[in-house]
Amino acid sequence: MSRLKAKFEALKQMRRKALIPFITAGDPNPEFTIPALHALVKAGADMIELGVPFSDPMADGPVIQRASERALAHKMGLRRVLQLVKEFRAEDCETPVVLMGYLNPIEAMGYQAFAERARDAGVDGVLTVDLPPEESSDLLPLLEEAEIDPIYLLAPNSTGERIRRMDRLGCGYLYYVSLKGVTGASHLDLDDVRRKLSEIRKLTDLPIGVGFGVKNAELAAAVGKLADAVVVGSALVERIEAARSADQALKDIVDLLQSMRAALDAMS
Amino acid sequence: MTIAKQPTEPYNLPDERGHFGPYGGVFVAETLMYPIEELNRAYQHYIKDPEFLAELDHDLKHYVGRPSPIYHAERLSRHLGGAQIFLKREDLNHTGAHKVNNTVGQALLAKRMGKTRIIAETGAGQHGVATATVAARLGLECVVYMGSVDVARQAPNVLRMRLLGATVMPVESGSRTLKDALNEALRDWVTNVDNTFYIIGTVAGPHPYPAMVRDFQAVIGREARKQMQEMTGRQPDALVACVGGGSNAIGLFHPYIEDREVVLYGVEAAGDGIETGRHSAPLTAGRPGVLHGNRTYLMEDEDGEIIETHSISAGLDYPGVGPEHAWLKDSGRAHYVSITDAEALEGFHALTRMEGIIPALESSHAVAYAMKLASTMDKDQQILVNLSGRGDKDINTIASREGIHL
Repeated sequence: MSRLKAKFEALKQMRRKALIPFITAGDPNPEFTIPALHALVKAGADMIELGVPFSDPMADGPVIQRASERALAHKMGLRRVLQLVKEFRAEDCETPVVLMGYLNPIEAMGYQAFAERARDAGVDGVLTVDLPPEESSDLLPLLEEAEIDPIYLLAPNSTGERIRRMDRLGCGYLYYVSLKGVTGASHLDLDDVRRKLSEIRKLTDLPIGVGFGVKNAELAAAVGKLADAVVVGSALVERIEAARSADQALKDIVDLLQSMRAALDAMS
Repeated sequence: MTIAKQPTEPYNLPDERGHFGPYGGVFVAETLMYPIEELNRAYQHYIKDPEFLAELDHDLKHYVGRPSPIYHAERLSRHLGGAQIFLKREDLNHTGAHKVNNTVGQALLAKRMGKTRIIAETGAGQHGVATATVAARLGLECVVYMGSVDVARQAPNVLRMRLLGATVMPVESGSRTLKDALNEALRDWVTNVDNTFYIIGTVAGPHPYPAMVRDFQAVIGREARKQMQEMTGRQPDALVACVGGGSNAIGLFHPYIEDREVVLYGVEAAGDGIETGRHSAPLTAGRPGVLHGNRTYLMEDEDGEIIETHSISAGLDYPGVGPEHAWLKDSGRAHYVSITDAEALEGFHALTRMEGIIPALESSHAVAYAMKLASTMDKDQQILVNLSGRGDKDINTIASREGIHL
């Protein structure tokens, strides 16, 4: 059983919602990432989404775009991201790690090489924003062979047919993009999320994570009532960007994640 | 990947998922899948609808000024002493370039689909102007994304768009040029999918854009076939067109693809020279990858990060190229060559002084290559060059490059 699947089953037994922080690897510098990942786990993260920087992050808002630019200024490409995962795994072999990014760095490395290196580094899932199921037939068998879960996105305008397809092809969890827009947008409508999730639940048994627009503990709790997992990205990256020092950044993201953890645990 | 030596006969690419061999396709985030499918359905329907096509033809004739003439550049040909050079005069279209052929078509489609808001990306500003123009005519709201670097170097076109009622949004992310404008337009589309139509200016982006833009631009080649026959009694030996994203080139090439005797040359921008790395020639010096919704040749580093491009011509300053060109290259049907900034300027001056036609810097790349090519051919052979745009917009660039104070 994959680390992701095992984690979700364990959480279900504990009646606990998954909290998934996202940070961009190498933001604001390569030295920050490993301590940040360990600190986030300590603060209550059940799994990690680690952003792979890309020069043209088309689905991301300004906050994650700037994080990518800061990381790329340090030449943080896919090869070094995998190295970071390996370093993280040296001390933590429990917390699932999902790489989130765009297809071109994977194309450049080669699908086969990527799948093998990601497995060797200890990656559990891969969410490729611009790789819809229609185009993923070459990559999927290689990921499966490497025992890496492909994570797919669902959107407010995904049709029933597409939801069923993601259910067939996806593993680990499905990531519901809670609004029409880019990451970090601010018009999350909980009623819309509730309606769409009830439609999605009828078509899949996979756990559902909800992200895009989860800014604070209150929203995390509200989303946690509807979803199996809450993803928080831009709100963390904003704090990293605003902090004057690495220590401050660590403290600020830990504070935010702890408050979300507390809010999620209080509701269950 | 296995590649056939020649495209299938008859040529009928892309397939229904938008693939040209291994290139093209739909590589976008889930949120865009629905609007892209909606667009594809509408496009497949209207491109066969006689009423839509009649309205398009009417607009191309009375608004754009088509057909554009073909002109025999006799003096230039005589000077070179080789093949006869003919020019397809897309520079004489309304708004001064081939771009408007496509914006007229997509705007009619937007109207049929009930969309009230138009967005576009632009580099040099020609596609932005052509989009703002049709939006003004149809009374649609128009927002144009443009890298802040390009906003600064293409001020006259920024003013034109604003005069036409468009909102020009400077883009500050990434390299602040065309590719970043495209990213930002995609982000806008994701956010405003319900009422917004995204008019992409070149044969790139996710399917159906590469096929749709090609079909709207193919009027260039269809006219050329008829005109060359009438003028010279036969078809040319070679076609030459510049390639940035590649819309003017595909527009000319497409109706000739099955015509094997006609040699096709796409001319990329070699900038300071391919060997310097400062160029915009992905087909010449890049490798396949995925960007902006399709698989094609890209300029990227070894980690797959897109690298900055360079060309004297803002319209060719793009790290990718239309996927159909990638396929035409691999299949051997078309040849892709490159011309440096300095050579393009020679072409610019030659055409201006010898024929009284000031070409756009983009088109000057095609002119410069045709001049090289003509010298190697016989006097009774013919080259048809797509003169995709006029050069008025470039006089500031020429002036600063040559130390002239305006």
